[in-house]
Amino acid sequence: MKYVTEYRDAELVGATIREIGRIVTRPWVIMEICGGQTHAIVRHGIDQLLPPEIELVHGPGCPVCVTPLELIDKALDIAARPNAIFTSYGDMLRVPGSNGDLFAVRAAGGDVRVVYSPLDAVKIAQANPDKEVVFFAIGFETTAPANAMSVLQARALGLTNYSVLVSHVCVPPAMHAILGSPLNRVQGFLAAGHVNAVMGYWEYPAIAERYHVPIVVTGFEPLDVATGILAVVRQLEEGRAEVENAYGRAVTLAGNTLAQQVIDQVFAVRDRQWRGVGLIPASGWGLRPEFADFDAETRFDVGEIRTQESPACIAGQILQGLKKPHDCPAFGVQCTPETPLGATMVSSEGACAAYYRYGRHLTIDDLRATNDVVYLGQPS
Amino acid sequence: MNDEQSSHIEGPVCPMPLRHDEKIVMGHGSGGRMSHDLIGRLFQRPFDNPALRAANDAGVVTVPPGRLAISTDSHVVAPLFFPGGDIGRLAVCGTVNDLAMMGATPLYLTAGFILEEGLDVAVLARVVESMQAVAAEAGVTIVAGDTKVVQRGKGDGLYINTAGVGVLVHDREIGGANAEPGDVVILSGPMGDHGIAVLGARGDLGFEADVASDVAPLNHLMMAMMAASDRIHVLRDPTRGGVATTLNEIARQSNVAIILDERAVPIRPPVAAACEMLGFDPLYIANEGKLLAFVPAEDANDVIGVMRATRYGEEATIIGSVQASPGGRVLLRTCIGSTRVVDMLAGEMLPRIC
Repeated sequence: MKYVTEYRDAELVGATIREIGRIVTRPWVIMEICGGQTHAIVRHGIDQLLPPEIELVHGPGCPVCVTPLELIDKALDIAARPNAIFTSYGDMLRVPGSNGDLFAVRAAGGDVRVVYSPLDAVKIAQANPDKEVVFFAIGFETTAPANAMSVLQARALGLTNYSVLVSHVCVPPAMHAILGSPLNRVQGFLAAGHVNAVMGYWEYPAIAERYHVPIVVTGFEPLDVATGILAVVRQLEEGRAEVENAYGRAVTLAGNTLAQQVIDQVFAVRDRQWRGVGLIPASGWGLRPEFADFDAETRFDVGEIRTQESPACIAGQILQGLKKPHDCPAFGVQCTPETPLGATMVSSEGACAAYYRYGRHLTIDDLRATNDVVYLGQPS
Repeated sequence: MNDEQSSHIEGPVCPMPLRHDEKIVMGHGSGGRMSHDLIGRLFQRPFDNPALRAANDAGVVTVPPGRLAISTDSHVVAPLFFPGGDIGRLAVCGTVNDLAMMGATPLYLTAGFILEEGLDVAVLARVVESMQAVAAEAGVTIVAGDTKVVQRGKGDGLYINTAGVGVLVHDREIGGANAEPGDVVILSGPMGDHGIAVLGARGDLGFEADVASDVAPLNHLMMAMMAASDRIHVLRDPTRGGVATTLNEIARQSNVAIILDERAVPIRPPVAAACEMLGFDPLYIANEGKLLAFVPAEDANDVIGVMRATRYGEEATIIGSVQASPGGRVLLRTCIGSTRVVDMLAGEMLPRIC
């Protein structure tokens, strides 16, 4: 497959990782921000191949994981109403609220539908004029343009039965929050290539300079990730703290300006709660006042929500790179993908789910045992 | 009431006084004349065989000596027709393949139909025709059947249950608990075609994927393999849950480790592309015309040779091997040379957000 196969080439990845081993002289802690990269690293076992000096910690870039519990509880409340069709990206359906998840609402008779794009939700609103259609507009800068576009389209179509439940968050404020914390361990960043494809990376030099950390825009295939790590390590070893783009095939400095305009037209910056992390000032987006008619939070009076997090879950510390999933006593015991205690065990981009799915609850000896196997090759 | 009148009046259970050739109505499930008419026209004629023709409460058949394999499978799929197949072909192949995976020669099937009021009779006729065609290809006879009609809104058009009987004419033990260290794992062709074809037919992909379902009867392929080696330990078709789920079942049943080579697992480019787009792992996507076989490494070449000479095994290949530990685990050597666990899926596979 073009643009995939060549970035999974064992020779090229191996050569890049050998180069990292050649130049590294001391331990470094590097954070990949994006959950998609966490998933790629664990799926391909990239961290197993790295020299022991390099520690990868997993960042907060899992949109499902950081969506605040209060908003999930609101979603559950709205979705259970008889006149509502609640639409969402698939990942959100299994995220536990204080009391169950959207799957449970559906099983109890709620009309909950998975859509692949918010524009599909607009079509559902057109086809069901007697129903209130709500889309769960969550995510980082990546999903914001399409979510904003759905609001513009609903307005252009004159729809009065479409609204969005918004919880948009942005990457740069989270980087500030992590680097500004007295507990911070992160010395270099792999920036989230998909976010940068939309936003560019013009916001990042200020962060690199202020905290003296290298930031490298990085893609999602094994060679992308290895190249990003090599670039960060090279900067760290040389004492530099610059912004580099190692994902040139998708990302430009300015980003997608048309998408940025759409975001700006519909959304305004506001404070956001991050699940497990807390309030980060000016860290996300909400609908502009002129689009208040499309705001599900004002359209549905859900009353006071009292949230209840599982006391055993350490997702907040994991999302800040302070702990790893297997540091959690509940990991793989009380907390599994079947019975998740927190959102990081649910989303395919959540660090706990990635660790669980790809067997990081096994000992390294179990994995090493496979290296004794002689592969037989294909018959001719 | 004379004959002329009675052929037009359907009896007290059906409120509609006239024949309904276009749509299934509740009267078709009444057990009365409408039911008989439907069964005669739609089922008996295409499926025609002595056991069915006798029109008794059960089909009476003769089986050759040997152990019997018995299986049943219910089929629910939307849409009813998809590239490469339909619910009828699926229903026959599902049970034929379950029998074949035990090393049994499938002989007889039964078919139960749950029809939703309002279903086009022409749709049902097409499904039945498809069932008969694939039953003939597999060499099985449909010897008994049943229809029920449910009210509109209580079913998705059509559900089909099939049950089947096959005979084991040999005394070999084939089953999920028989994988042994030293076996290789053979997959009969590229994975994920069925699941992606059905998703595409539903319009759920959001883009066109040129993929047809692989739904096919595998009994002839199985027979050829059995003739090539008398040491086939496990045969299983990786349907729901895909190759990963099936291999996990076998690893646990046999308490062995299965080591896959990511680069060796075949997948068609459009299936790989669709999975990349949606964030699906093709190892978990359903197949309906593929089998996994565990055979000693020494026999692998012979088995693959005969597989590649058959219609549904042309792309058969070795995808991995079996070792003693860690027992109950499926591990994957990735394309870049690391190792990871391939676990069972927790629940529904959900498309990712971005």
